[in-house]
Amino acid sequence: MVNPAIEGKTYPRTSSYLVGREKIREFAKAVFSNDPANLDLEAAKKQGYKDLIAPPTFAVVIQERSLTQVISDKEAALDFSRVVHGDQRFIHLRPIVAGDELTSELKVASVKQLAGNSMVSFETQIFDANQDLVCTAISTLVVRGES
Amino acid sequence: MSLTIGQELPTREFKITRESLVRYAGASGDFNAIHYRDDVAQAVGLPGVLAHGMLTMGAAVQCVVDFLGDSGKVLDYQVRFTKPVLVDAVTGATLIVNATVVEIDEAEKIARIDLSATADGVVVLGKAQVRVRI
Repeated sequence: MVNPAIEGKTYPRTSSYLVGREKIREFAKAVFSNDPANLDLEAAKKQGYKDLIAPPTFAVVIQERSLTQVISDKEAALDFSRVVHGDQRFIHLRPIVAGDELTSELKVASVKQLAGNSMVSFETQIFDANQDLVCTAISTLVVRGES
Repeated sequence: MSLTIGQELPTREFKITRESLVRYAGASGDFNAIHYRDDVAQAVGLPGVLAHGMLTMGAAVQCVVDFLGDSGKVLDYQVRFTKPVLVDAVTGATLIVNATVVEIDEAEKIARIDLSATADGVVVLGKAQVRVRI
């Protein structure tokens, strides 16, 4: 069972992640994107972007770097082998662009115990090198209780 | 872009195979073995290898991206994972996504488009809502 005391806890800002153009192409192909702005540099520039933009769910890669901190936090007692993804949301202030150097900071929004399972909600803010907020990722994990 | 409430966007169909799962694992960095090993999936009590929820989420929104022609117009996207997508080693799975315009805010230039996603007839996403710039 996840430790309810981590509700409200904030984890340290992650080290920066440099968004690579080929990483965007790789991710875009993996999610079946046909958007030229994810794949073709000239097309992205024609749309007014300075480089390829990432698909809307690419921010999960950054969120994951913050979640890793929680999973390795002994105080949280979050058993990753029992985790099911409950819900996910991304609120974008602008698209992620190749060349961005992103950091993230995660806060445990809530911990609820329900029918023997724990439901933990996280809010991860993703910032660029200017410290401007790019995206807020909200995720709920369901941790199945030990039967 | 002219949208009307109730407008349905063209359906998109995805063939999800084990190769799709391995590709997504590499692209996303999510190497949980339940997404590519039958023995591990069974050992943790699952009926079989499952697609990453984030692969389903990432693919489903492409129905809207195709229509908008610009993924940068997606401002806010949320889903609830209601049922897993089982991916058979031989036959894979077929994900079918439909999208309907449900709200238009002309002043803010934002529309809400709701998705419905089924895999082999089972509804796999709930509360799948996309807010887009129009």
